[in-house]
Amino acid sequence: MIHIRIAEAPLDPGALLEPLERLGGGAVASFTGIVRGGGGLVSLRLDHYPAMTERRIVGIVEEARARWPLLGVTVVHRVGDLQPEDRIVFVGTASTHRAAALESCAFLIDWLKTSAPFWKKESFLDGRSHWVEARAEDDAARDRWKA
Amino acid sequence: MATLDILYFAWVREAIGRDGETVEHPGAQATVSDLIDSLRARGPGYAEAFADRSRLRAALDHAFVPLETPLGEAHELALFPPVTGG
Repeated sequence: MIHIRIAEAPLDPGALLEPLERLGGGAVASFTGIVRGGGGLVSLRLDHYPAMTERRIVGIVEEARARWPLLGVTVVHRVGDLQPEDRIVFVGTASTHRAAALESCAFLIDWLKTSAPFWKKESFLDGRSHWVEARAEDDAARDRWKA
Repeated sequence: MATLDILYFAWVREAIGRDGETVEHPGAQATVSDLIDSLRARGPGYAEAFADRSRLRAALDHAFVPLETPLGEAHELALFPPVTGG
């Protein structure tokens, strides 16, 4: 089961986990990314490249399926305007054993952060706004899977 | 006449002031970087967006490519900053 969605609508991790739990495997792992508040952040804008985004995520999911024996993968990424504490991304994996579920889940979010065409813009209480800069730590997190 | 659709995202789009445009295809041998050079003359917004080549990334027909890549027969080029999803 492969489920990929890019949408402005809120996401519900409970509802997304349930189908993964019914695939007959013994292990389901998930990651939920939340908009981090603080520093006067009032909103986060998520832009993407619609013609490319889903295709790119399919490629990342195929790479995960080539590495681990997966029964199911769910990736939901929100776009548009979000507020602090909103859920921004969900990754869920189902497998027969925990190591495959946990490792593939980490792989997927590391690659999503650095290799899918999304861009974040932060807006603050005092009126400032800026595009988030890519972080070298995120590239390093992705590259640890290349070995 | 062959054409190339160019799309801009994030601060590249904001600096240039448009989502994209269609230009005459400069030929299969021209690289993404060559095209950026020719776009710079279009106005101060372009010069600003393309001032620091190390902060630019590109996709040709929906696949990430280095800036030194020849355009080949591609129909769509996107120019944008390093991605920040997740």
